[in-house]
Amino acid sequence: MQMISAISLWFIPVLIGFVLIYGTIKQVPTYESFVEGGREGIKIAVSIIPFLIGMMVAISVFRASGALDFLMDFIRPGMEMVGIPPEIVPLAIIRPISGTAALGMTSDIIGVYGPDSFIGRLAAVLQGSTDTTFYVLTVYFGAVGIKKMGDALKVGLLADLVGIVAAIVVVTVVFS
Amino acid sequence: MVNYIWVSMTVIGLVFAAVNGTMAEVNEAIFTGAKEAVTLCIGLISILVFWLGMMKIAEEAGLLAKLSQLCRPLVKGLFPEVPKDHPAMGYILSNMVANMFGLGNAATPLGIKAMEELKRLNGGKDSASRSMITFLAINTSSLTLIPTTVIAIRMNYNSASPTDIVGPTIIATLCSTIGAIMIDRYFYYRRSRKG
Repeated sequence: MQMISAISLWFIPVLIGFVLIYGTIKQVPTYESFVEGGREGIKIAVSIIPFLIGMMVAISVFRASGALDFLMDFIRPGMEMVGIPPEIVPLAIIRPISGTAALGMTSDIIGVYGPDSFIGRLAAVLQGSTDTTFYVLTVYFGAVGIKKMGDALKVGLLADLVGIVAAIVVVTVVFS
Repeated sequence: MVNYIWVSMTVIGLVFAAVNGTMAEVNEAIFTGAKEAVTLCIGLISILVFWLGMMKIAEEAGLLAKLSQLCRPLVKGLFPEVPKDHPAMGYILSNMVANMFGLGNAATPLGIKAMEELKRLNGGKDSASRSMITFLAINTSSLTLIPTTVIAIRMNYNSASPTDIVGPTIIATLCSTIGAIMIDRYFYYRRSRKG
């Protein structure tokens, strides 16, 4: 357990130090490259604004109307029986379908339950440890004209399920 | 599919509000939801700019290429149908390394390139080959080592320690990737048994 928190604490600073020293040894114009790469970050952050507004308004409406609580109460018994927190179910459903929608939902969950709550941490790990299966499938196969997908969708969705279970188990073990 | 989910969440919410008498809350939610989304995106800028800047240095120093080389022996076994020095392998490796460091925008074109090469290997057929399915399975399970956006969101909501989910995320990612590879293998052997 202590090792996992040590990884969390040290990983990013060590990586940054390593990249900077390595870049200097290889005579990369470090500061100029940093600025150039950073520009891309602004573009990405700005370009996802409409996606997030659309999704977060829809989620807010769904929550504020009381529909979300109704749905939660409905699925709670079944989910608790298998050990899945019902608050995480909408995120788990939308994660393989749309990355930006999941991002909106993750931030909604973190905002409502708090970033350091169990649910908030679970949402964070879940968002980070699975990917948008439908998007990857559509883009990669669509771009090169693959029509018969074989087992690809089944494999992708089952892998997402493994990711969800892994996230629940790891967060439970590490943070409680 | 997203269209349907999006519309039904909103419409069900509106109908529910009408029946439940929560119209006032819903009115407020529309505006706070939109505002929160913008605040969030502005908050994302800090981490995204810093991280992508760092990764640009890593890329220009040849670090990403080097890491691809290091991963080669590990990844080779996953794609037995791809010849050792085929360009497909190079693209697969660079796609995976880009994904590991959260460079989604750089990973996608590399992944498409890899798919093109895999299709050529498969004689240009329009059905997915074994290697293609393996490649997709690995990609959909996520390879992220550092969930930069998630860290930024946690910072935005004043987490006491925004990065304390890095270790658990790496472990969960490892599990989902190993799971994806095993599931992929299982389906492959099932297919080949059927002949």
